Amino acid sequence: MPSPRYTREIPSRYRLEAGRCKGCGKVNYPARLICPSCRGEEIEKLNLSPQGTVITSTVIHVPPADFLMEAPYAMAVVETPEGARFMTQVVDCEPSTVLPGMEVSLEFRLIRKEGKSGILCYGHKAVPVA
Amino acid sequence: MAGIVGYGAYIPRKRIKADEIARQWGKNPETIKRGLLLQEKSVPGFDEDTITISVAAGRSAIARAGIDPQKIGALYIGSESHPYAVKPSGTVAAEALGIGPEVHIADFEFACKAGTEAMFVALGLVEAGRVDYAMGIGADTSQGAPDDALEFSASAGGAAFVFGRDGIVAEVVETYSYTSDTADFWRREGEFYPRHGGRFTGEPAYFKHVLAASRAILEKTGLKAEDFAYAVFHMPNGKFPLSAGKQLGFKKEQLETGWIVPTMGNTYSGSSPTGLAAILDVAKPDDLILITSFGSGAGSDSFVLKATKRLPEVQGLAPTVRSMLDGPRQYMTYGEYAKFREKIIVNE
Amino acid sequence: MREVAIIGAGMTRFGELWNQSLRQMFVEAAAEALNDAGADRIDSMYVGCMSGGQFTGQEHLGPLMADQFGMAGVASVHVESACASGGVALRQAFIEVASGMSDLVLAVGIEKMTDGADVTNVLATAADQELEVYYGVTFPGLYAMIARAHMQAYGTTEEDLAWVSVKNHRHGAKNEKAQFPSEFTVEQVMSSSMVAEPLRLLHCSPVSDGAAAVLLCPLDQAKDYTDKPVKIVGSSLATGSLALADREDPAFLDSVQKSGEGAYKMAGVGPRDIQVAEVHDCFSIAEICCIEALGFVERGKGGPAAREGFTAIGGCIPVNTSGGLKAKGHPVGATGVAQAIEIFRQLRGEAGARQVENARLGLAQNMGGSGASSVVHIFQGV
Repeated sequence: MPSPRYTREIPSRYRLEAGRCKGCGKVNYPARLICPSCRGEEIEKLNLSPQGTVITSTVIHVPPADFLMEAPYAMAVVETPEGARFMTQVVDCEPSTVLPGMEVSLEFRLIRKEGKSGILCYGHKAVPVA
Repeated sequence: MAGIVGYGAYIPRKRIKADEIARQWGKNPETIKRGLLLQEKSVPGFDEDTITISVAAGRSAIARAGIDPQKIGALYIGSESHPYAVKPSGTVAAEALGIGPEVHIADFEFACKAGTEAMFVALGLVEAGRVDYAMGIGADTSQGAPDDALEFSASAGGAAFVFGRDGIVAEVVETYSYTSDTADFWRREGEFYPRHGGRFTGEPAYFKHVLAASRAILEKTGLKAEDFAYAVFHMPNGKFPLSAGKQLGFKKEQLETGWIVPTMGNTYSGSSPTGLAAILDVAKPDDLILITSFGSGAGSDSFVLKATKRLPEVQGLAPTVRSMLDGPRQYMTYGEYAKFREKIIVNE
Repeated sequence: MREVAIIGAGMTRFGELWNQSLRQMFVEAAAEALNDAGADRIDSMYVGCMSGGQFTGQEHLGPLMADQFGMAGVASVHVESACASGGVALRQAFIEVASGMSDLVLAVGIEKMTDGADVTNVLATAADQELEVYYGVTFPGLYAMIARAHMQAYGTTEEDLAWVSVKNHRHGAKNEKAQFPSEFTVEQVMSSSMVAEPLRLLHCSPVSDGAAAVLLCPLDQAKDYTDKPVKIVGSSLATGSLALADREDPAFLDSVQKSGEGAYKMAGVGPRDIQVAEVHDCFSIAEICCIEALGFVERGKGGPAAREGFTAIGGCIPVNTSGGLKAKGHPVGATGVAQAIEIFRQLRGEAGARQVENARLGLAQNMGGSGASSVVHIFQGV
């Protein structure tokens, strides 16, 4: 992950900054320049609440190289109260318990390390609500 | 008059029992647990480090402070396990917490004392009037070498404190720092595990500094042990803080709330700060609290705090330490623990 | 717009072709196609390949392949749409002939996946880098989530998924170019190792090398080359959102429906008219979702289709008589063209043991990523 790209992504990764279309109200995460629903160009920024519901999920058993030690891990499409959806890991639980409908909270976590000498990449992961 | 206006803590949900570590090295679990007074400790996941712990604790501290994070003018994170050797932890945490860009940030290190160090400087800046609010955080994910005593205790966790003048939940009555050059525990640049001087870490290091700082602050304030509702000391294992407390005249009831090491382990820079958070979770207005940290190398920072009327109003605004120690957690085998703590050699 | 026909086809075997490089496979397939048509020249060429660059370090495939084919000078360009690259190459060739710009255009799909690249990482570049791959998802992981959503919404079972693999292997066992000559039982599929829950190893198409080529010309010139040209009567390409999280219903493939509708409209036919189809079964669940989106079954009813024999040779709508991506193999960029070749052979009565009786109208659907792109062609025996 090149530093300039990573730095640009900080508001969305660190603060869950999303965009709401002033025309149709659709919330996209991350914010886009043009609303995918109505093609409107007036987008206002908002930070998503750190919580959501699992829409669909899986458990990755055969991971990409960077995630070798973490497998098996659960991944899910999570929908926040604002109606934004995004994909992330679901952690701190038995992976096979992550199923559609599960309520989760979003926590700041280390997403990946770029090998031994690259930068550390942070973002949000989901944790089941007790 | 300045003090803590918000506080928070975070302890990872993964755990390993002392029994499991003892079994790995062929040691008698009962002997270990009796000798160190440790049951289990927290283990950070691959996705947890000093920064993520600081952010979690920081979010709770800001929630309890009830302020806009933009008002925080300084952020200091003290740790022995900053994720980068060169690049600050504080900047990542600040961006995640919504602090800055108008903010002063520095990372602190002083073995296990780095947390209270960050708190000391945050407090000082507020008292000086240079900033309205400042946050000091102690957090660590330190390593214990395999088959070493420290492997039973080295754990992960941390606490964050917002200092200010408005909305104080715990006034800072007095501070005292006692420091000398004592090489009881160290790690050279590039080494993976720290080293220590065995029994030299006890009397000439831990006890010398903890007792000196605590006695001095009692004298400075004219207070006696029985005046306090709570006391918490740095907790490298279960025994040392109880012994220090006893030597200073504190009773078990005053020590037990902050004495969370048996199930949390030693979170190094997060140790006494997290103990303090556990105390603040239950303290009542006007309760006096003593916290004395210890960092190898060596030094102790002491604070005398007094809870205010506002404290009960904020206790419930974020997770308590007890809820994290007693709440949902996952126990590891030694193999899983070794994997998470990167003690297994892998093909790069 | 002129009417367009396929007049010749050629392909390598699909599999782990250790002894052949990317360019060697290209030449074998392209030469066989030209020989099949009895042609000795072309006007232009489209090379479909997902990533010569990431798999073999080679870009600029258009001129490279023209040169390797002994036809340096000819217009030739690389087209990419992840796993739909082959179908897109076919579509571009079709458009160039239909428009009148060229007469003889070759569409070739190629991929060399076994030269040591990290296949998981390369395939993941077809997913959303910022939003999906960043967090550790894999291609099977995305389809696994689609599977789970489908199972949740419609009661599709793991056995339903297994039956797709079993059926396709039964078909593929009759295809001499297929990667896997053997059949599997449902029990074998259900006990294979887990890749991403609920998808197991035998629900997933393999890693393969291969090349496939078809030669196109205007229908009114086809008789110069073959007695049995196959007309392309429908061609449509549609896109969908790249990230799974951005889709309204993760269990439905919008791009497949749109490309299907576009092709049906152009051809003036409907799903009921199709007699044989090649559909993009990169994972078993993909076939289930594609036959729904193409209108072969009602939405949500794709699960039992393979189990009930609906999509087997001899059933209502034989799907993936070639063995599909699962049994034939899936050299990513080659697949779209290989699908067209299977329909070509079916409509000429040349499919041997896999022949669908009296097949006159066939469909090939080729998809990229987790459904972000889909290209459909409809063919008619002349």
